[in-house]
Amino acid sequence: MSVGQMNTAPRASLATAPAKRGIQPTATQKFRSWLFNPWGTPRSLVVITWLYILISIVPVVVAIQFSFNDGRSVTTWQGFNLTKWYYSDPAHSVWTDPTLIAALMQSLKLAGLDMLIATPLGVLLALGLARWRGYLASASNFIMLFPLVTPELMMGVALSMVFLYLYDWITPGTTAQVLGHVTFSLSYVVVIVRGRLFSIGKQYEEAAADLGATPFQTLYLVVFPLLSPAIFSSLMMVFAISIDDFVISQWLSCGADCDTVPIRIYNSTRAAPFPSINAIAAILVVMTLAAVGIAYFVQRWMTRGERKAGPGGGVTQAMGGFDM
Amino acid sequence: MYPRWLWPVFAVPGVVWLILLFLVPFYALIGVAFGGVDPVFQNPIPTWNPLDWQYDAMLDTLRQFLPGQTYWTVFIRTAIYVGLALTGSLLIGYPVAYYISRHAKRSKSWLIGLLVLPFWVSYMMRMLAWVNLFSPEGYINKILLWTHIVTTPPNWLDGNPVSVVLGLIYGYIPYLILPLLAALDRIDRSVLEAARDLGASPMEAFAHVTLPLSKHGILGASVIIALPMFGDYYTPNIVSGSPTTSMLGNQIDIFFHGGPQPAVGAALTLILSAFLAILMAYYMISIAKAQKEMAS
Repeated sequence: MSVGQMNTAPRASLATAPAKRGIQPTATQKFRSWLFNPWGTPRSLVVITWLYILISIVPVVVAIQFSFNDGRSVTTWQGFNLTKWYYSDPAHSVWTDPTLIAALMQSLKLAGLDMLIATPLGVLLALGLARWRGYLASASNFIMLFPLVTPELMMGVALSMVFLYLYDWITPGTTAQVLGHVTFSLSYVVVIVRGRLFSIGKQYEEAAADLGATPFQTLYLVVFPLLSPAIFSSLMMVFAISIDDFVISQWLSCGADCDTVPIRIYNSTRAAPFPSINAIAAILVVMTLAAVGIAYFVQRWMTRGERKAGPGGGVTQAMGGFDM
Repeated sequence: MYPRWLWPVFAVPGVVWLILLFLVPFYALIGVAFGGVDPVFQNPIPTWNPLDWQYDAMLDTLRQFLPGQTYWTVFIRTAIYVGLALTGSLLIGYPVAYYISRHAKRSKSWLIGLLVLPFWVSYMMRMLAWVNLFSPEGYINKILLWTHIVTTPPNWLDGNPVSVVLGLIYGYIPYLILPLLAALDRIDRSVLEAARDLGASPMEAFAHVTLPLSKHGILGASVIIALPMFGDYYTPNIVSGSPTTSMLGNQIDIFFHGGPQPAVGAALTLILSAFLAILMAYYMISIAKAQKEMAS
């Protein structure tokens, strides 16, 4: 440091050496040096992170809070009522409004069928694509990646066109919605199962073969049991993305009778909704979180004793498809 | 050890499914976009033979994208909204991902759990929550009035572009942070230590080591959220609902669900797909690369 700088640089040294010069740092200076603390964790990052987490979660908590509102407003708190908008209001609660119950049932129906179809299909596809070699295999792998990167709007428009003008024996409705949901869920299953397939390696199967197992015995007794954590996560992932889906369900909907919960929420947000919309959304949130929570703990239990992979014990691993 | 035919047989059902319900639908979309229109009922007559395709409707739609025409305005607006939302998301998301990757110690898995939480709350639920907060009597306006930041409550939900951009950021930022976090986690700490040992200040080490090494992560994460944002129509509809803030997705939605002109809508969807093809290709190549690394 040159002498010239020494004379003109009290700005930077104020916070660190105030006592020598008999000047106490002001509150703002103290706050600034605390916030941008260069000697450890920069606390501005801590503040941003916690602010972000707060802002991402608080609105949802507030929305759930208003599902317990005593009045019919979703913006002004009028007292606590546990049951009103869930089942005790005679006409507008989740339980008594037939359109809301129908939407919930439709959402669950689509998610259930999607799980039943997309998971086995995806597991087989993952096994096939991971080990099949050749040009056709590369082409298939290429096709498999498409649904992951295509914006849902395009898929929705394309699917609605194909059901209107080509596969016209399938009219828009539940069947079309299930077909659409499976199409976009399939690739997620493939990504999850394939990740697991690579992490278990081939040595177990080779050992089984050396010990005299036939190929099918190896598949049944070694490969599928080892894949079961991934199969389980896939089931829950498919449930979560299917229940969350709005675009595909909407484009393949037959009208009010095929509305899912997200479509109901979308249709009513601009039309002075009852808190029962918040209530049904809250039910959906609880169900999804329960599914994901169960999946997380069952998966941890199934893979106990195995080395933890990646940060967060596999949370980011489960997101393999988005992992760049 | 396994019979050779086994793996293709395993893959066939899924591949056939994707051909019938992904590739063929896109061909149907092309057929509608280049097909004719019934002169009486105005409903499209798709043309399946490429030799019979008619290009007039497509050319008409494309002409609307010239500067000064209808879609030009919408296109520029969409690009500005997506650009602003992307910048905003990066400005918030990068510090968050950086903090969790570099500085969070014991709290790391908890923080990641909290970051993943919005992922599992339905998008529509989060938009509903957002709209409740920003409605004229909502908490946001109450706070603004109470702190005397404003004297008259601002109208957030009626054609306010700020709300649309904020809504997009709120909706898509969770999808940006996780891939960013994964990319930052992959940076070797010893490289940073080397930079510090060689005399770089913390800021210099960040600017010359961390930032360049996370370049691919930033690009990838941006592509991941830019793609759905370009195809978004529900967010502007929910938080604004006004034609003055409509995006390209809204135009497509209107042609199918509002005044039904599916042929124009299909043409518009194809143009959007062509425009997004580069982003999609980049994303696909990145996934394929990641999978190849995992396999080896």
